[in-house]
Amino acid sequence: MKAIVDRKKCTVCGVCTDVCPMGAISLKETEIEISDDCSLCGMCVDTCEFAALSLPQVGTGPAADIAAYSGVWVFAEWRSGTIHKVSHELLSAGRLLANKRGVPLAAVLLGHRLDGALSEELISYGADVVYVVDHPELAGFRDDTYANILVELIRRKRPEILLAGATSIGRSFIPRVAASVRTGLTADCTDLDISEDGLLLQTRPAFGGNVMATIVCPNSRPQMATVRPKVMKPVPVPGHKGSVELVTAPEEWLRSRVEVLEVIPEADKTAKLTEADVIVSGGRGLRKPENFKLLEDLAGLLNGAVGASRGAVEEGWIAPSHQVGQTGRTVAPILYMAVGLAGAIQHVVGMQGSRIIVAVNRDPQAPIFDVASFGVVADLFEFVPEFIKRIRTERGENS
Amino acid sequence: MHIVVCIKQVPDTKNVRIDPDTHTLVRQGVESIINPFDLFAVEAGLQLKDKLGAAVTAVTMGPPQAGDALRDTLSLGVDDAVLLSDRAFAGSDTWATATTLSAAIRKIGDVDMVICGKQAVDGDTAQVGPEMAALLDFPYATFVKSMEKLDERHFKVTRQTDEGVEVWKLPLPMLITVIKEMGEPRVPSLRHKMRAKKAEIPVWGAADLGLDPNSVGLCGSFTQVVRVFSPPRRTNRIQLSGTVQEQAEQLYRHLKQVKVPGI
Repeated sequence: MKAIVDRKKCTVCGVCTDVCPMGAISLKETEIEISDDCSLCGMCVDTCEFAALSLPQVGTGPAADIAAYSGVWVFAEWRSGTIHKVSHELLSAGRLLANKRGVPLAAVLLGHRLDGALSEELISYGADVVYVVDHPELAGFRDDTYANILVELIRRKRPEILLAGATSIGRSFIPRVAASVRTGLTADCTDLDISEDGLLLQTRPAFGGNVMATIVCPNSRPQMATVRPKVMKPVPVPGHKGSVELVTAPEEWLRSRVEVLEVIPEADKTAKLTEADVIVSGGRGLRKPENFKLLEDLAGLLNGAVGASRGAVEEGWIAPSHQVGQTGRTVAPILYMAVGLAGAIQHVVGMQGSRIIVAVNRDPQAPIFDVASFGVVADLFEFVPEFIKRIRTERGENS
Repeated sequence: MHIVVCIKQVPDTKNVRIDPDTHTLVRQGVESIINPFDLFAVEAGLQLKDKLGAAVTAVTMGPPQAGDALRDTLSLGVDDAVLLSDRAFAGSDTWATATTLSAAIRKIGDVDMVICGKQAVDGDTAQVGPEMAALLDFPYATFVKSMEKLDERHFKVTRQTDEGVEVWKLPLPMLITVIKEMGEPRVPSLRHKMRAKKAEIPVWGAADLGLDPNSVGLCGSFTQVVRVFSPPRRTNRIQLSGTVQEQAEQLYRHLKQVKVPGI
């Protein structure tokens, strides 16, 4: 199967031959030819100005009971007593989707010793109903128990849309839920909307963030997506009223083959990259391990985390858990400061989703400046202490 | 003990750059590499081979040229390889991919452990591993950084979470997805290279796996791409200037204006 060419519309301009990542489109004298290398990625479809290219459709499947699914659900992530911020963000995004569809918004809360205030908190961000499952077996996260319960709830209540945070919990067990209920799942979305025909439009970065793809799940329900934290805006809905429904989980939902032996919270606060609003990252330009202290000071002041390029990690200057980029963590904080790192593509794909990027580098040609919101061409050993001083002055602290 | 490592051939991002004017992807030549996370998965399998004498089979789904990637794993020391290739597999989403790979694991039979990379660097979904585990009904652990055999039927794994690490005990057969800390990939040895060169890699299509062509590839997928576009261009960079003090001052004001937490 490959992309379809409408030869009446095709002007043989050749633009699509350049964008095809598989090199599958070749230009012949009077037509274009698509080889078997086509991976159906769709990049050519959007490039064609003449709408001459299209993709074949996904299987239609048994679509009969789609109408039986209604409502938007958010998996509310509960960790050691508190609701994760991404759940506020998802409820706010889910509220808009529910309003567009004219359906209720529900939150699903799993855990143990769940305070009633937690449900109130979820309602205050727009939930019309909160389904609560409280059991000692749910005190710690495990893929099988969490997935089993969500699967059973979906089978009983049939939501049309289910959103979860693209956190280490959501990205781990939500695929199991999707596969168990036999539906589609889109990972790490950064934008959600409802199409004219009522489908969930799920937009996410692909090819390391170099292109965006909008994905639909037309013939199965629920339409499921994990959503990148810190992208959607949390909007409280003052005075919003909602109800709480306690669900008793039968023992068979709680059976697990996994035994949690130990949970060790990260002692180094600066290593909690995916949670941080601010990340200060360093590269080979730091020259030696001791110099990371400078970045730790700055990150500490901003209550942020410390990241690193692969180069700095390979030099052994900092632990691999700090690495940002293709083989490290993908992060999207509010502020990302790239200090003394060149900005190789493998690094950039791991941080270009950040809202504000500050690049500090001596070399004005460094590629990191191409993705920066603010560029500082300076010696980092002069600039960073000066910037720290400026923050301290504002706070009335002595530098 | 029999281990299956699932790998994917991906475009080499070293060949990818963004055209600064059009902000579109520029690819010169289309070289493929083994997904970096999958090399950590291969290494994890080979470590178990070294320690426990496990047999390691590498599996990939892809076009015929994906056989090259399998040959590369053989030259690292992997014992056997199977290529899943069929026009019917084209356009697979993560569900259809997991369906095909898990059918292959069933066909291989007697598999004790499946190891996948955390995610592929082209799609970044991290979904195929857990979806396969669901289809195979294997217990699984994601983002694993180290593992240790406890007894004949159990392994202890250490997994990296957003909050720290967790140590889990899982029974075989099980599936794990691994991260970089699992171990840097070894270099190919001459002996294995020679063997890899001559190795016959079986190719299995939908019929060999007992799969209906309508249940795989785009036909068997639940999700469909409806639009692909360039990301919105980052608002033009503000280049600061002046002395170091002046630049620090400007940056401070800019960040204060956009309400960066902590500033």
